[in-house]
Amino acid sequence: MTRYAQQLGARFMRMLQMAGQIVFLFQDTIRCLFHYRIRLQLLIHQIDFIGGKSVPVVIITGGFIGAVFAAQTEFQFKDLGLSSGVGPVVAIAMCRELGPVLCALMIAGRVGSAMAAELATMKITEQIDALRSLAVYPTEYLIVPRFLAMLISMPVLVGLAILCGIGSGYYVAVDILSVPGVYYWDNMVKYTHAKDVWIGLVKGFFFGIIILFVGCNKGLEASQGAEGVGLATTEAVVDSFIIVLIANFFFTFLLNALL
Amino acid sequence: MTDSTSQSKSPPLVRLVGVEKKLGRQKVLRGVDLEIREGENLVVIGRSGGGKSVLLKHILGLMQPDKGEVWFRDKDLAKLSEEQLVPLRKETGMLFQNGALFDSLTVGENVAFPLRERRSVKEDEIRAEVARALKIVDLPNQENKWPAELSGGMRKRVALARAAIARPALMLYDEPTSGLDPIVADSINKLMIRLGDELNMTSVIVTHDMVSAREVGDRIALLHEGRIYCVGEPKVVLESEDPIVKRFVNGISDASDAIF
Repeated sequence: MTRYAQQLGARFMRMLQMAGQIVFLFQDTIRCLFHYRIRLQLLIHQIDFIGGKSVPVVIITGGFIGAVFAAQTEFQFKDLGLSSGVGPVVAIAMCRELGPVLCALMIAGRVGSAMAAELATMKITEQIDALRSLAVYPTEYLIVPRFLAMLISMPVLVGLAILCGIGSGYYVAVDILSVPGVYYWDNMVKYTHAKDVWIGLVKGFFFGIIILFVGCNKGLEASQGAEGVGLATTEAVVDSFIIVLIANFFFTFLLNALL
Repeated sequence: MTDSTSQSKSPPLVRLVGVEKKLGRQKVLRGVDLEIREGENLVVIGRSGGGKSVLLKHILGLMQPDKGEVWFRDKDLAKLSEEQLVPLRKETGMLFQNGALFDSLTVGENVAFPLRERRSVKEDEIRAEVARALKIVDLPNQENKWPAELSGGMRKRVALARAAIARPALMLYDEPTSGLDPIVADSINKLMIRLGDELNMTSVIVTHDMVSAREVGDRIALLHEGRIYCVGEPKVVLESEDPIVKRFVNGISDASDAIF
């Protein structure tokens, strides 16, 4: 019993420690952003890695989620005679929840883990010390370009996921399940507002920041050895999943009230 | 046993005073006092895991001491923040144990890194310098290879080129010859001497390799149980009758050191 309480306490302390480290890293990143010249070459490389190379997974994720969501909604709505209501339901769900959350989970799996692994490897092979020894401030060189690339890429990726979801939803409902296309489209345009799109994009923006800092923190704090790299990678993915899902709950209420 | 050499006139470039460092629960450094004079090659020997690399990292400010002072010229590194240390590190270079080359950059980009960071050097000059540096470390025309394609010895030589290309005043070597065949090791020794002579670099060399210590060192310091046990000219240290020094220099293990 005591041991269980101790373990729980230790886990809680680790969580607090991580939160503290992330706050400091965030503060340092923002300061470096204004303090140093931005490294364009690294930024472009990171945009390509975070944004460009994520496009296929995001298209597949958004597309198939939109498709099944439209199908399931249609199966239920058909009996109620509400088939043409599928359009707005799919669009709003994609914009507000499915687009940003699923896109964030994919990016956490693809980018967050890669960042944690890369930084952890750099740390245990002394590459970060080498960077410091060559008179380069690591936050400025390693974190700032990733941070900016994430800020730029994430809303675009979320937007892409939403578009693909809505498009595939339309295809499934209208072309496969024969919902009247004009009504579907009309209702969708009528009941989906700019606010819904904004909520999705803003959520995506913040999820990107969460994924980035959790991944970078896990990488930079990795301990010795190959095991450390594996652990950092796993923790980066699991922790950012959990934080994104919990944060999403609060964002839903907050953004609904604000926007 | 203390400093057995006659005091030289040149002022110390680096001075460590009572440096203590704890890593985890282990006290690695227990009060290191050491002076590194301008232009000399100081070899630091000591047992594996005895804190030699930790000592080097303190000289560069990569680690902060728990207690004590680390003076580089007229600045106490222990009191500076990471960002205040950045300009000072333009005067220093370090060769890491396994090279620590950046995996994401090619050999050429790795070697050019310190020059590109200066921003004042022109691109064609950088290319010429890189080619020259790679030729000196006996790896000509390898600019476009990736670090992963190189052997351990080649990585180390590339890392040496990277550390020395901006001609730092102080070079730190972390086991430069470990894991290399005797011929490559000898070439690295000669390179270290050459850099010291031609560019008037001050060097601190951490090593287990007694051949290297004898060849390169102007002075040898023995780090034992977290303190500098003795410092002196190679001849004096290597021929010392002190049991601890003698055991280390000649590589004699105690019955209690045996691992079964």
